[in-house]
Amino acid sequence: MNHEALAAPGPLPAVFVRDLTVAYDEKPVLWDIDLDVPEGTLTAIVGPNGAGKSTLLKAILGLIPTAAGTIRLLGETYSRNRRAVGYVPQRGTVDWDFPTDALDVVTMGLYGALGWLRRPGAKERATALERLDQVGMADFAKRQISQLSGGQQQRVFLARALAQDPKLYFMDEPLAGVDAATEQIVFEILRLLRSEGRTVVVVHHDLETVRETFDRTILLNVKLIASGPTEAVFVREKLQAAYGGRLAAMER
Amino acid sequence: MSSGSQIALVAVAAGLACSLAGVFLVLRRLAMVADAISHAVLPGLVAGYVLANGPNLLFGFLGAVVSGLLTVYLVETLNKTRRVTSDTAIGLVFPAMFALGVYVISRYFPNLHIDTDAVLHGEIAFAPFDTLALGGREYGPVSFWVLGGLGLFNALVLTALYKELKLATFDAALSATLGFAPVVLHYVLMTVVAVTTVGAFSAVGAILAVALIVVPAVTASLLTTRLNQLIPLAIAVGVGSALAGYGLATLWNVSISGMMASTLGAVFFLALLFAPARGIISQWSRRRRQREEFATDVLLIHLATHLSTPEEAVESTLLHIERELGWSPDRASQIAVRAERAGLLQARSGSLQLTQEGQARATQVAAH
Amino acid sequence: MNLLADYTLRNVALGSLVLGVVSGVLGCFAVLRRQGLMGDALSHAALPGVCLAYMATGLKTPLVLMAGAAASGLVGMLLILTTIRRTRVDQGSALAVVLTWFFGIGVVLLTVVQKRNDANQAGLDKFLFGQAAALIAEQVATMAVLGLLCLIVVSLLFKEFKVVSFDPEFAQTVGLDTGRLGALLSGLLVVAIVIGLNTVGVILMSAMLVAPAAAARQWTNSLGTMVWLAATIGASAGVCGALLSVFQENVPTGPAIVLVLSAATAFSLFFGSARGLAWSRRRARVAT
Repeated sequence: MNHEALAAPGPLPAVFVRDLTVAYDEKPVLWDIDLDVPEGTLTAIVGPNGAGKSTLLKAILGLIPTAAGTIRLLGETYSRNRRAVGYVPQRGTVDWDFPTDALDVVTMGLYGALGWLRRPGAKERATALERLDQVGMADFAKRQISQLSGGQQQRVFLARALAQDPKLYFMDEPLAGVDAATEQIVFEILRLLRSEGRTVVVVHHDLETVRETFDRTILLNVKLIASGPTEAVFVREKLQAAYGGRLAAMER
Repeated sequence: MSSGSQIALVAVAAGLACSLAGVFLVLRRLAMVADAISHAVLPGLVAGYVLANGPNLLFGFLGAVVSGLLTVYLVETLNKTRRVTSDTAIGLVFPAMFALGVYVISRYFPNLHIDTDAVLHGEIAFAPFDTLALGGREYGPVSFWVLGGLGLFNALVLTALYKELKLATFDAALSATLGFAPVVLHYVLMTVVAVTTVGAFSAVGAILAVALIVVPAVTASLLTTRLNQLIPLAIAVGVGSALAGYGLATLWNVSISGMMASTLGAVFFLALLFAPARGIISQWSRRRRQREEFATDVLLIHLATHLSTPEEAVESTLLHIERELGWSPDRASQIAVRAERAGLLQARSGSLQLTQEGQARATQVAAH
Repeated sequence: MNLLADYTLRNVALGSLVLGVVSGVLGCFAVLRRQGLMGDALSHAALPGVCLAYMATGLKTPLVLMAGAAASGLVGMLLILTTIRRTRVDQGSALAVVLTWFFGIGVVLLTVVQKRNDANQAGLDKFLFGQAAALIAEQVATMAVLGLLCLIVVSLLFKEFKVVSFDPEFAQTVGLDTGRLGALLSGLLVVAIVIGLNTVGVILMSAMLVAPAAAARQWTNSLGTMVWLAATIGASAGVCGALLSVFQENVPTGPAIVLVLSAATAFSLFFGSARGLAWSRRRARVAT
């Protein structure tokens, strides 16, 4: 791996991470992570519970402080490149009782492009409605968000990220506990985004679907276990190294 | 007995009764309920006085307690509708009750001498003027007997229901499965709080009553996590601050109730800053120390990863470390110097090399 | 009697109207950010600031007292937020501690001021316990200007405030400084409280913030509509309460406003078109 990539000429990969270390209460949850995610790929982050998958996303997005490390997204620091990056958080981090409906949530994805002082208008609402339609939620545009099912809520937040129109997506467990229809739509969207040349990084829990959908896999358990093309990473000894004894239980 | 020592006695009784009532209230995160009750007793007090045809201690007391419990019930009912959050529910109910009280007094009983401002301030300095007289003999201030009795009552209730309240507070689900009705316990606790608030506010004012209920328990919770230490500590804070506040008020010739509340707050503030384990200063210095140790570990691991690899020469330069670990030049050299002093690495011609000790520590840290 | 020409009535009604609008709007954000009771704590925390401002200047002009109130309200808020963030003390406990501590200090300072024996100090405490009937035109004008400033800030930053209140993490990822926006919202809340103190008083201020928002929420699922409705409800209750208190003998304005407001909230909880209990009960019955 070229550790001088930062200084070297030529484009950096879409996600470039070196020596990333993150600690909660000064106990390490991520140790010395190096990552390269090439542009235009679908990448899954997998690992056991407590492996630091969500933490990795949040650290990359600057939502939690890092103890050490270098992060570049699309060749720039995130703070200079926010508009090119979208984030679909884990469900359950917002106030579901908030006075807002599906359309309104998706419109929030356009606030970054609108900038300060400007209000969203008819054009923004039309775009938001298109994005809702893309995830099969146009009929629920005016529903208060607590009146949607889990899968529908997930699709709304996916539509919000689509509305941001970023080149690089980070999604935190978009398929956890959703219905079959939602799962199908999310997979369709993932493939669509790749065909448009966008880069998508997904925290994923279901080992079975990784192989058929994702080009690349990052195997994580506090330290980086493996990272690369899925077929190269998805080998027994590497999975064993990440999951330990839990792998046998999952294979049943 | 001098009026000074009488006031001191009332202060001790109030501190004891209130801090006992506050322990479980604070642990159950319901501190603001005490504030709500203290304001919401007004309509009940009025109703009691109206029923008794004039200011009557017993009727006023009972009315106020009923009104306090009604507030708790209304807040619970609003919570259950799930149309508003619990803090909103409190914020809706007690002002409505207080406003109702003021409205009724000013509209229908302008001659009933209740000074609504005084309900809030209170003034313990007047306590000695209201003495308990039985059969021609005087037995000290009424509020001492009321508050002393409440202290005894609260101590009895807490002792009798200690393990039930403890379980219901720390593990409500287990408590319910074991058959301790959580609703009943909740209302027992609320009755204790309501009775204590009412008993205290006529003597010391609503705000001081709330201060004496909430602040000792919160302060004690900064000093210890163990319930059996928390209760005596809370009592000590409550009684001690009440007496100290009284002393300072006499010294400076200012409001006694105000000074007691100020002293309580100051004690809390000192605990907030200086508490041994949970205080802000000790947390800050502990974090700082851990962060430095942790940074050293990060550096050692980084050097160990590239030990005896082709990139070692490049990876071990301070400049490279600054860039990859994202540290400022100052911080990087600070951490390197500290690690060198500890004998974990050596700087040789611009690159950092792990010593034996450094390698051992890196292996040990990485193994975790 | 020419209603609008009556000086007292005009001041009371206008003051209550301004307060109703401003606290209705800012109360929406406070309630949605789970800071409904912050208003109660901060209004009590204003007392020492009022006393100190008077002791320092010897003036009782509304702007001086309001500045003092706002300053100590902000210090109180800072202490509450620090306590919650840095220790395991819960929000309710932190609120109760700061409320009683600051109020206690205020009561002490009040006795100090009263001992100075200058005739000018009389009525300082009225600033806190609300005495709408004594509102003078200068106060109403100060309230209106401050209130207007708050409303302008809210309308300029509406969509940012909305995102920060709804989904702070997302707000951060799109580059909004959630810390500063949150602090700005809380600062505006302090201004609203200061405006309300001499109209409805310390104790009832929390209702002015919480009730219009809670009532409005039952009629709509849109934040924009909720804010407009809360402003309308707050303003109408303010004016109704003011009229009630002027036409009924001996009834103070603050409690009259809060009683009207409480009735409106109770009605909304039952019959609100979006979440009213009456409709959901009926819906539940139809469903079974």
